[in-house]
Formats: sequence, structure tokens, C-alpha cells
Amino acid sequence: MSTSRLEILNDGGLRHDARRPYELRSLSLSLSPHPTADGSATVTSGLTSVTASVFGPREPRSRAGTSHDRGIVSVEVGVAPWSGTREVRRSRGDKRLTEIAASIRQTFEPVILLHLYPRSEITINIQVISADGGILPTAINATTLALLDAGIALLDYTTSLSVGLHLTQPLLDLSAPEEADLPHLVVASCPASGKVTLAAMETRLHVDRFEEMLRLGVDACRVIRDEMESVVKKKAAEVVRRSQAVIGVPDAR
Amino acid sequence: MPREIEPPTVQRDFILASLGEGKRIDGRVPLEMRPIKLEFGDELGWCTCHLGKTSVLAQVTASIVKPRDDRPYEGFLLINSEISPMASSVYEAGRNSEDEVLITRMLEKSIRRTEAVDREALCILAGEKVWQLRLTLHFLADQGNLLDCAALAAMTALRHFRKPEIEVIGDEVIVHSPDERAPVPLAIHHVPLCVTFAYFENLPPILDPTHLEAVLSTGSMSLTLNAQRELCVLSKAGGTALAVEEIMSVVNVGVSTVREMVKVMEEALERDRGSRIIEVR
Repeated sequence: MSTSRLEILNDGGLRHDARRPYELRSLSLSLSPHPTADGSATVTSGLTSVTASVFGPREPRSRAGTSHDRGIVSVEVGVAPWSGTREVRRSRGDKRLTEIAASIRQTFEPVILLHLYPRSEITINIQVISADGGILPTAINATTLALLDAGIALLDYTTSLSVGLHLTQPLLDLSAPEEADLPHLVVASCPASGKVTLAAMETRLHVDRFEEMLRLGVDACRVIRDEMESVVKKKAAEVVRRSQAVIGVPDAR
Repeated sequence: MPREIEPPTVQRDFILASLGEGKRIDGRVPLEMRPIKLEFGDELGWCTCHLGKTSVLAQVTASIVKPRDDRPYEGFLLINSEISPMASSVYEAGRNSEDEVLITRMLEKSIRRTEAVDREALCILAGEKVWQLRLTLHFLADQGNLLDCAALAAMTALRHFRKPEIEVIGDEVIVHSPDERAPVPLAIHHVPLCVTFAYFENLPPILDPTHLEAVLSTGSMSLTLNAQRELCVLSKAGGTALAVEEIMSVVNVGVSTVREMVKVMEEALERDRGSRIIEVR
């Protein structure tokens, strides 16, 4: 299967970037990096960095496609020219970007409580700042955080990551060289229910192996949720502290 | 873009109520496909696939071109698939709607990225001449599930196609016309086929949704599988969240469905081959 000289797993059981098979890349989550968006977040996973900003709920830019009883979601995805995607530079009309945008929109449509926002639009802008594998999962994670930051009602966190398979050993959170060599699956799930909202796979794989990867992916999504929750709670505590300072409520402590 | 009229509430309620009882409005059970009909043209590599009232025409042609410098041994497989307004009034000529992009991307992933056709076998003279296959899909009518129909038409056309026999003497390449020597089939590694399922809130999934069912559904999942129980592409982009068990049960249904589809395809190809006996005197 693998054609390059990259050693996916060495004799010590370590991957090319010295991670163990189930180890995720260093994950950093930051909320509200964007000054004017209603909500924004940057998720950096290893060398992949994606910023999502959310505008809305606001009046739809065009009447077409609006609905009288529920809000609509629109997604734009852009890839920075310096992001390091080895392929040709991707422009706005690129089919792959349209596909990523459609996946993100369809992932979040059932998660956002759209009936609370009739006749309005929620715009999600995604910018891939640097790419080293896992653009789609990182974008989904960034979008979840940005939506939370914008205070939009969600059913649950939606977290995502990629799962690869080397011989019979599943690997989590692939980097670009691994992605090029291994069959891999992107899973997005709602950790509270453990249900899968998005699953995307593009390479040949036996059905029995697939189930194992899917289950592992769902478990790993829970880990990312915990990570996200701690960041969100920290931010919320900060907001509460500041607002209490302004209105002069005595500190509870 | 002309917007489609949403189905009336009465119709929606009726369809959902019947699905709740395990019935579909065209008389199928939930996990049943519409009848597949494959027709072949006079030329080799020309195939129309009808899936109920959905129909797609696939045509394969070959020409000789120069390979890419970085891949001197590889031929090309180009997939042209533009959905014209003929299929349905929601498609606009020359403009890629989102549905259209998803269908074409899925076809590319299913057929090209899974290496269904051996591209190295298309090499004639390394670095000089290779075959370029062009698979053109014409979407004739959209009554739901264009993707499965297109994938079946495409793979049948590729299996049906024969390229002219070639003889290489030194640097000379002789292309023998079909009258002179029997043309040769393509080297095909496996036959990936798509199956699409539609989901509804609190109802079991259905196979091969019609247009109306697709519009009413809350999510869909497309699988590309082959007869060797390999999952080639899986795409569940959002929609209703599913448990792992639900996904796996659908995958298993997909495996058996694809086996049946391959059988239909083999039979159709066999029948067509029988009608093409040429006498050699």
C-alpha cells in the first residue's frame, strides 16, 4: 500500500513525528481571535492551523434560500496561499473546497438549534492558515468553538479527528505525510450521545477494519470534547468575573 | 437558480407515515433498490443505466496522448460529468451547484482514486505515448439517486469498452482497427459501485431514495463498495447523527446490495457479448 520511504511506525512503535499510535498532536484552542466576528476560534493541531469565524444570526444576505421557520447556515472555506498544501493553489471555486464547505454545513445544520433563529442566517467563515493534514477535522473543531463563542444554541459539542490504519494498527490524528500513505477516515461525533454526524473515507479498506476505526474515532472525539470544554469554561469564568466587576456584585469568594 | 417547490405538508406527512409502517410510495420495502436496466449502444463503451426513472448515459472513448513527465508509465482517465438542465430544472448549465459538485467529487473518488482502472496498463511507449480514456457522463433524467446510477453506468461502460489492439515495433506504434484485430478490454482491478441510503428522524434508513424521499430526508450516506467486501469511499456528510452500530448495519446491507448490482451488471454484459459474435472467415 504505502509507496513512499516514510516509516509509518518504527520498531519502537513510534510514528514519524515521535508520537505513539493513539497520541494526538499538540492541540491549542483559542477563543475570539477575531475582533469583529460574533464568535471566532483558532484551532491548532500540530502544524495544522484553522481559524473559524461566525457571523450571525443576522439578516440573510439574499432572500433566496431563507426559511420562515428556521435559520440557515452558510459556510465559506478559504485556504491561505502560504498554507503549505502541496497541491496547486486552491481558488474559491475549487471543488474540494466546495465539498469541505458542504460537509461542514451539513454537519452543523442538525447540531445548531436552527428553529430558534427563524428568517436569519448564520455565516461560518473558515480560513486554513497552515495545513499539515486533517484540514476537515480541524475546521470542524474550530467551527464548534466559534459557534460556542458566538453564543449560538447547540445540541452538543461536535468534535472531529482523523483515524488512519497502518497494517492492523489504527493511528489517530494523522499528519500530511501519513495521510498521503494510509487509508484514513474522518469522524465527527457528538460526544454526549456518541453518535456519528460525519464520516468520510476515501481509500480502500476492508469492512471489518472500518468498524474498529470508527469506534476508536468516536472514543477519541470525547477526549477532544474535554479539552474544548476546559477552554470554554475558562473563558466563561473570565466573562462572569469581568461582568461582576463592572456591575459591582461582590465576589462570591 | 430556479428554486424547487417544497413538497406539500400533506405529502410529507403521508410519506413519513407510510415509511413508519415500512412502506414506500412506489411499493418498495425500505431496503430495496429500484429495478436496474442496462442498455448498450452499437459502439463499445456506450451504456445507459436506468434506475427506475433516473437515467444516466456513460460513454468511454480513448485517444493516444503524451504522458506526464513525472509519471511516464501512466495513462489517463478523465471523468467528465456535468449535469445539464435536461436532468432536472434545478440544475443550471455551466454553473456548478453544490449537489453537482458532490456527485462529481464522489464519482472521482470512487472510480479514479480507488484505482478501479489500471492506469499503468494504459501505457503504450513509456514517456511517449499512453492511452487517455475519457469517461463522459450524461445525466438524462433525475428522479433521485443520480450518484448510484452514474457510478453503475460508468463502471459498466468501462467494463464494456474495448481499446484497439496495439503493436509496438521499436519506436513504431501500430494501432490496429477493430476490423483487423479484436480490440482488447481494459485492465480493471475491481468494480466499485455506489449505494446511497437516506435517513429520517426515528425511522429505519431506506436504500436508493427517490427524489422526493431525498428532499424529505434528514440526512444521507453514500458508500462505495466492491464485491470483495472492501469499503472504497464512505461519505456521510452531516445530517442525522447515527450510532456506530447503525452505520455498520447499513454498510453490511451495502455489501450485499453491491453484490447483487454486480450480478446484474455481469448478466447484462454477458447478454451483450452474446449479441456481438463476429464470424472470422
